[in-house]
Parts: sequence; structure tokens; C-alpha cells
Amino acid sequence: MKLLEVKKLTKSFGGLMAVSNVSMVIDKGELVGLIGPNGAGKTTVFNLITGMYSPSSGTITLFDGEQGKPIQGQKPNKICNAGVARTFQNIRLFRDLTVLDNVRIAMHRSVKYRLLSCFVHSPGYRSEEQRIIDESIELLKIFNLDGKKDELARNLPYGEQRHLEIARALASRPKLLLLDEPAAGMNPAETAQLSEIIRKVRKLFNLTILLIEHDMSLVMKICERIYVLDFGSVIANGSPDEIKSNERVITAYLGEDAIDA
Amino acid sequence: MSKGFNKKAFIKTLALLLAFSVVQLLIRFNIISYYYQDILARVCINIILAVSLNLITGFTGQFSLGHAGFMSIGAYTCALIIERVPTVYGFIAGVILGALLAAFAGFLVGLPTLRLKGDYLAIATLGLSEIIRILFINLDSITNGAAGLYLQRRFVNWFWLYLFTVSTVVLISNFVRSSHGRACISIREDEIAAEAVGINTTKYKVIAFMIGSFFAGVAGAVYASYNYFIEPNLFNFSKSIDILVVVVLGGLGSISGSIMAATVLELISSFLQSVAAIRMVLYAVLLILIMLFRPGGLMGSRELSVAMLTELRKKAIAWLKAMPARAVHAVRSIAKGSGKPGDKSAGKGRVDG
Repeated sequence: MKLLEVKKLTKSFGGLMAVSNVSMVIDKGELVGLIGPNGAGKTTVFNLITGMYSPSSGTITLFDGEQGKPIQGQKPNKICNAGVARTFQNIRLFRDLTVLDNVRIAMHRSVKYRLLSCFVHSPGYRSEEQRIIDESIELLKIFNLDGKKDELARNLPYGEQRHLEIARALASRPKLLLLDEPAAGMNPAETAQLSEIIRKVRKLFNLTILLIEHDMSLVMKICERIYVLDFGSVIANGSPDEIKSNERVITAYLGEDAIDA
Repeated sequence: MSKGFNKKAFIKTLALLLAFSVVQLLIRFNIISYYYQDILARVCINIILAVSLNLITGFTGQFSLGHAGFMSIGAYTCALIIERVPTVYGFIAGVILGALLAAFAGFLVGLPTLRLKGDYLAIATLGLSEIIRILFINLDSITNGAAGLYLQRRFVNWFWLYLFTVSTVVLISNFVRSSHGRACISIREDEIAAEAVGINTTKYKVIAFMIGSFFAGVAGAVYASYNYFIEPNLFNFSKSIDILVVVVLGGLGSISGSIMAATVLELISSFLQSVAAIRMVLYAVLLILIMLFRPGGLMGSRELSVAMLTELRKKAIAWLKAMPARAVHAVRSIAKGSGKPGDKSAGKGRVDG
């Protein structure tokens, strides 16, 4: 069953075609990788899907069961509320807020009390706030961050900041999670831990995941299907084994030498 | 759990009532003289202004230079109503209507201008408050133009001042601690990330702007009734700056900081009233000193709390305990004295060599 369908997506900045005619389909429950050399347009695809940019042409459709809804060109908060959450390549936490607050803010969508009732803290308000705190801590426990809930996000070590960003993305209860280079800057041990966490949350939240990654060991290990971008277009799509042996990918992505080796 | 919370709320309410009664009694028995009552009133009005601007600039991160404009809408609305209905009910109606009109103005202005960022927003809001001021000057038939409006009676007393100040502080700090308030704070922290986690940033900017304007309107209405007299030039650019100075000095994003700064600055400027020139110099020096030593304002974005006070006490005790050791150290280094600079230059020479 389809969850996301991208059709002939194109984005140009002036004369530069950052993304041209990209089409991809992601089924419900899949873990799909999006790889490609630097500047291939991977993050631009993410920005288009999440509404940070609006496409020059093409459509992005998010499916809810059989019902498809176009989301291209909508505002990021609407797309997030439709069930697409993301992390950023260069971590974008609320650095001067606590770990708990980072997650609580992302739970805003599920808050049930109205604007006026937050001026007077009624019993209903208080139980709702307590629910938010409890659920946030539950979420932080998955990432082993519950002990650090009162620390400022900026004071966390790098790896935990990455984890917190994923936790924050999950707090909005998405159907589709986009991870932009989650393993960037991590050592092999941390990367292994990350792939464990990705597997765990995928099962726990019944998630569909699309991730951009340069760390091939991670991509080949956890992704079921891979799209390869080069100069803004999809040059290959298939299982990790197919991608590994695809000559076009090897030349484009790993360089000419890789074939000889 | 809920019992503990109620106890806390109960103690808070009791403390607030006690503070009110004590001051009320002191005024009743003339221990707080007329002069100090006047200072008290201006402190209260400044607190309302600073806390409401802090919501816009400190918590939501939208740099506004037009707070005096919204204040003037409240002031004129209230004054015009009191003129026609010179009773306490007229005053209450004036405050409510003034605040609502100010909030409405905030909404009208907020929608288009809050797309702007930083300096551009500051200039737009500044221009807006000037437009409001010039409107009041030129709407002769309603506002009596530049000559201003005189009111026969004052309805504001300590009760109303206290009521409005405490309500402003309580309501805004409740808002800030709610999920909606956190949405506003997330805009200040990182607008792109806020959008990405599903916060409608435009909506929350406008909401913060409206709430801030609402309470600026309250402050204006209270001010009009307190002061007997208002004219458009009371609400000029420099009034907006005055409010902003209080907010920055107290700490962007700290309500208790705004309250402290509003109190301290009002006291300073009252006591230095006879030497107005020095007052401005002192203001400037104070600002520079704060920016040098506490760039985040007196309180930063923290709130005054029991935990903070105990921490401060611990630090102070540790500092005092270390005093003798430090003194000995200081004496020793003076005794060594002349050798020290020499050492340094020798070290430098070695590095260069």
C-alpha cells in the first residue's frame, strides 16, 4: 500500500535544476534510503516533501489508506500535522530549552485544551499537561534520555542531540519519518546504536522511514530499498544488493575507480 | 499530588492578598505618602507594559518598537469613555474596551507585519505606532488633537493598580507555561524547526502580538485614568524605547526580570527627577554596564524561584568562606609583586624564540 508518491518533482533555483523529474513511491512500513553524491539534491527533495520549499512542478501525494492527498507547496506545519516529520542535516534543536521542552513542543498538535483555558490553569488543563509530560518522558526513555530531561539541549553530547532530534520528530506522531543524515559525525559504535534505535522505533510506532545517509554500512544494513540521486535525477532504485552492483551508481556515486577495485 | 498543588496555589494567593492588604493599610494610615503612592502607581503601569512587551519580544522573539502605540489606543479609549460615563463602571468599561481595541489593532497590524523579521519588523512596528500617534493628533473632533484630553476624576487607586498588575503577570506567565506559550517560545528559538514540528508560526506570532497589545491597552487605560491627562506625544517613539529598555534590562524571556527592572528603573528615575540630565546619563551607563556584564539582561531567560535563591545563597556562602584564602593569596601575590609582570614577559620571549 502506497504511503507517499512523488511524481515528476522538479525544483529549480534560477538556472540551477536542483531536483528534476524525480518520481518515487514509498509503501507503508518500508524503510527506504535516499543516497547520492554531495549536491545531488537529496536534502532538496526532503525540503520539498516537508514544505520548506514549494516545487517548481510535480506533485507529492500522501496517502491515508486509499485516499491520496496532495501536499506539495503546503506550509511545513500543515505537512507535519498531516503526518510527515523530519530531522535536519545540521541539527536544529531548540538549543536553549530543556530536553523535555524540546519534545513537549512537538506534542503541541495533540494538545486538547483551548487557548483561553491556558490563562487559568483549570484541572482539565493540568491533567492534560501531565499527560504531555508523561508521554514525553515515555518517548525519551526509548532514547535513554529520560534521565537528562531537565538539561538544556545544547549541553547534550553530539550523539544524544541527534537522538533527541529523532525523539522530537516522533513526538508529533508521524506516519512518515524523514531522517536527514542521522549518522553524520558519529563513530561506528554510535552508528550501530543508531541503527538499533531506528529499527526499534520503526516497529514501536509502525513507522515508514525515508533516510538520507552517506554512511553506506548503515544504509546497506537497514534499508530495504534505495533510491540513488545524481545531479537532481533518480539514476537507480532497488534493493541494497541491486544498488551495490549497479554500474551507473558506482560510477556516479563512488567514482570510476570503484569499478576497477 | 493535586493536593500539594492546591496548597502551593493557596499560599500564593494568601501572599498576594497579604501584600495587597499591607500596602493598603500603609496608604490608609498615610505611612506611604502621596509621593510614594505616585511612584508605586508608575511602577505598576510599567510592570504591565514590560511584561506584555516581554511576551512579544522576549518570549516570541518578535522585536517590536510600537508598544506605546497600543498603549495609546487603550488610553484614549478609556479616557473618551470616562468623559461620557464618569463613574467607576465607565472606567471598567474603558479598560476592557481599550484593551480589546488594542488587541484588535495588534491583530490588524500583526497579520501583515509579522512576516517581516528582525530589523524590518522593528521599523514596521515603529512606523505603526507613529501612525497611531499622528492619527490621534489629527482626529481633532474626537481626541482634541495635540492639546490632549483632561479628565475630571481619577478612578484608579491601589486596588485597581494591584488588580490589573497581578492579573497581567499571572495571566501572561500562565500562558507562557502552557503548550501555546511553548509554541511561542519555539518560534524564538528556531522558527524553521518550530514549523517542522507542526507549529503554525504565523498564528502564534499574531496571538502573542494580540495578547501583548491587549495588556498594553490595559496599561494605557489605567494610565489615562491615573494621570488625569493624556496627549498623543506621551506615547511617542521614546516611550516605546523606554518599555523596551526595561524588558532588555530585566532579561528577554524573564517575567520576574521585567518586574524587577521596571521597579528599579522607575525608582531610579523618580529619585533623580530633580537632575533630569544626569538621569539620562545614568540610564545609558546602566544599560552599557548590563550589556557588558550580563548580555542576557539581569535574569537572562530564567525566572526568580526558590531553587534559584537557594543556589544563590550557596554560592554566596562559598564565596564568603573562600574569602580568607583568597585574601591570603592576594597578599602573597602582592608580596611577590614585582616579579610577576617580569615572568610574563619572559614567557612571551620564550614563545617568540
